[in-house]
Amino acid sequence: MQVDFSQNHFQIFALHVSFEIDLDALSQRYRELQRAVHPDKFASGTDQERRIAVQRTAQVNEAYDTLKQPLNRARYLLQLNGININDETDTTVDMDFLMQQMEMREQLAEIREQDDPEGALFDLSQTIQKRSNAIVDALRAQFTDINAESLEQARENVRKLQFMVKLQQEADQLDEELAELI
Amino acid sequence: MALLQISEPGQSTAPHQHRLAVGIDLGTTNSLVATVRSGKAETLADAEGQHTLPSVVHYLSDGSCEVGYAALDAATTDPQNTIVSVKRMMGRGLDDIHASGHNLPYEFIQTDSAVPRLKTAAGEFSAMEISADILKVLKQRAEQSLGGELKGVVITVPAYFDDAQRQATKDAATLAGLNVMRLLNEPTAAAVAYGLDHGAEGVHVIYDLGGGTFDVSILRLNKGVFEVLATAGDSALGGDDLDKVVAEWIMQQAGIADDAGHHQMRRLMRDARAAKEALTDSDSSGIKLELDDGSHWQGSLTREQFNQLVEPLIKKTLAPCRRTIRDAGLTLDEISEVVMVGGSTRVPRVREMVGEFFKTEPLVDIDPDKVVAIGAAIQADVLVGNKPDDDLLLLDVLPLSLGLETMGGLMEKVINRNTPIPVSRAQDFTTFKDGQTAMAIHVIQGERELIDDNRSLARFELRGIPAMVAGAARIRVTFQVDADGLLSVSAREETSGVESSIQVKPSYGLTDDEITTMLQASMSHAQEDVDARTLREHQVEADRVLEAINSAIAEDGEALLSAEERVLIETTISELQQSRDGTDSRTIKHAIDALDKATANYAQRRMDVSINKAMAGHKVEEFEV
Repeated sequence: MQVDFSQNHFQIFALHVSFEIDLDALSQRYRELQRAVHPDKFASGTDQERRIAVQRTAQVNEAYDTLKQPLNRARYLLQLNGININDETDTTVDMDFLMQQMEMREQLAEIREQDDPEGALFDLSQTIQKRSNAIVDALRAQFTDINAESLEQARENVRKLQFMVKLQQEADQLDEELAELI
Repeated sequence: MALLQISEPGQSTAPHQHRLAVGIDLGTTNSLVATVRSGKAETLADAEGQHTLPSVVHYLSDGSCEVGYAALDAATTDPQNTIVSVKRMMGRGLDDIHASGHNLPYEFIQTDSAVPRLKTAAGEFSAMEISADILKVLKQRAEQSLGGELKGVVITVPAYFDDAQRQATKDAATLAGLNVMRLLNEPTAAAVAYGLDHGAEGVHVIYDLGGGTFDVSILRLNKGVFEVLATAGDSALGGDDLDKVVAEWIMQQAGIADDAGHHQMRRLMRDARAAKEALTDSDSSGIKLELDDGSHWQGSLTREQFNQLVEPLIKKTLAPCRRTIRDAGLTLDEISEVVMVGGSTRVPRVREMVGEFFKTEPLVDIDPDKVVAIGAAIQADVLVGNKPDDDLLLLDVLPLSLGLETMGGLMEKVINRNTPIPVSRAQDFTTFKDGQTAMAIHVIQGERELIDDNRSLARFELRGIPAMVAGAARIRVTFQVDADGLLSVSAREETSGVESSIQVKPSYGLTDDEITTMLQASMSHAQEDVDARTLREHQVEADRVLEAINSAIAEDGEALLSAEERVLIETTISELQQSRDGTDSRTIKHAIDALDKATANYAQRRMDVSINKAMAGHKVEEFEV
């Protein structure tokens, strides 16, 4: 097989284009690719070789980062199917989901006032994790049998997962701030 | 078909000739240099048999300086001219240095350049020049003990060093006349030394508490690949700070005023450190102190009291530990071992608290002082090409997020912390006002939302944007971070193609001109010396390029090059060979550039072949999209 860097991230890692991915194989191949392209392998080479090595390693890192995370992987799969998600404007209109988000955001905002803020934050993180996992499960099904309808459903779920990931990041940020107070 | 080449005797190094390379641990308190000799990594001693070199420089009125043990005594007798812990000032502005809380005896001078300078009996120096003086001593020690010129060095930096601090370290090395092959993160270096020695695999935590910096890194070790999963730390927390709380306690006990003289303060710090070190093995330590008025104070500090004093500082190291675990996406039980590095991990309470936090007994069986230099030496040996078939590969990450200032003084992150490096990432921005033709680009590093809470790295402007309505222009800003963790930024207006780029020279960094001036100042016959040095540098570079190309062609020139391409490359090679033997450095430079151009496609092809080889064992079934 010829690896063509203008082609897709899955190909770089000699993997199927699929949402279902063998993470062990991915990280194993990541290390193998790094052995081939990392600039340290060209430390006594020419400036040119090192420049190319830096670019290629950056590409490998980018591809790895995209495939490793379910959200990035799902967005990338949509992109390969001609659907680009714009972060700013593309948002879900599922009212139940939005209500649930608002509730969780309120909980997060009130954590500092709780008797046991760290415990409350842990519980909230667990809830976020559980709901995120459910969305990822749905995405798995939608990407297994790809058609116009399933892609549209996947797009909706990617928007939702985006909310969840963002919320989790804010929870982590708060956890860091709480830890610094101790 | 072209004939195989044989080089002239003495023109090209034999493929397996041993090249001299060292690893340098440029520490806050002590520095070390190490190398690999006969397959064994070891630190190098000075003529007196001392391995560690105290990172202390004493400047004398005759313009000379003493470094190391010779300068240590002067720290208390001549504090103003004796610079200790200069590492804390690397890549920092005056405001940062004053905000550090350490009362420094030096006289600072703010010049036109953003880099603060210290006034000493021998002249005014920046932190980079002072560090360069330490590096020069280590370079000399290495060249004497190895008997030749160093081909390259690996210098370690705290993993949590930001771009400005890394660039400052690299500049110091340039001033010392060293060829830096890599800036290596200290915990990664320690992992290399430890991991290779113990044949360790799995997930390891390196807890590195040095003289002035703290790092924690989580690495996955897998068949020679050291993959950093996450790193965190505090680049202004270390043994110095433990000494400081002890010194403050003594001041309180002995009734010494806060505004005590610098001689008194240096003695206090020395005695505080001695007490701290004594408490590693004993339960209490007597302290005898000479006061400024000649009288004496006597007291004692128990280990329990000491523990209470330092606990808040040790706790400060646990928050970054928690953060790395989360960033790495791990749970505590996935961690195989916790390795303690840095002199401050000798403090028993540090070991206890780290052990309690990670719920495992930390490993303390390696020499915490030498392990970083040893790891750097192993990496240097590989990078310089002494071990072409070695498996060792270090994959590091960006310690702190990088981003840009957007409207309202907010930071927009472009690359998140703990992203594997090298990395290249672009983000699009647009104009705020109708008809806006320029855009100020402010590069920031840090984790906070407000730019004022983060570190300002650099500012530059993109001009000549065609006038459009607000929001119509598309400015793509690209960040590229290399394997040393150093950033370059470029900006381009996509509709017009207007472009601007900078190698980020941090706000508190030296400009190229300043470095040249400093180099000239350090040589006696400035211009001739600089010319000779430039010629020598270009010749060395030419030799390196020639060797690399010749060995590439010998390996796969036959397979990857057409007859015409090969003729062209070989003509360019002989042109470079000719100019290399001449005395004009510009001609050599041009010939190197010409050869670079002639081999551009070939280099790409070679890289593709090696990638294909790496993935050859894995079969991709069909392609579904």
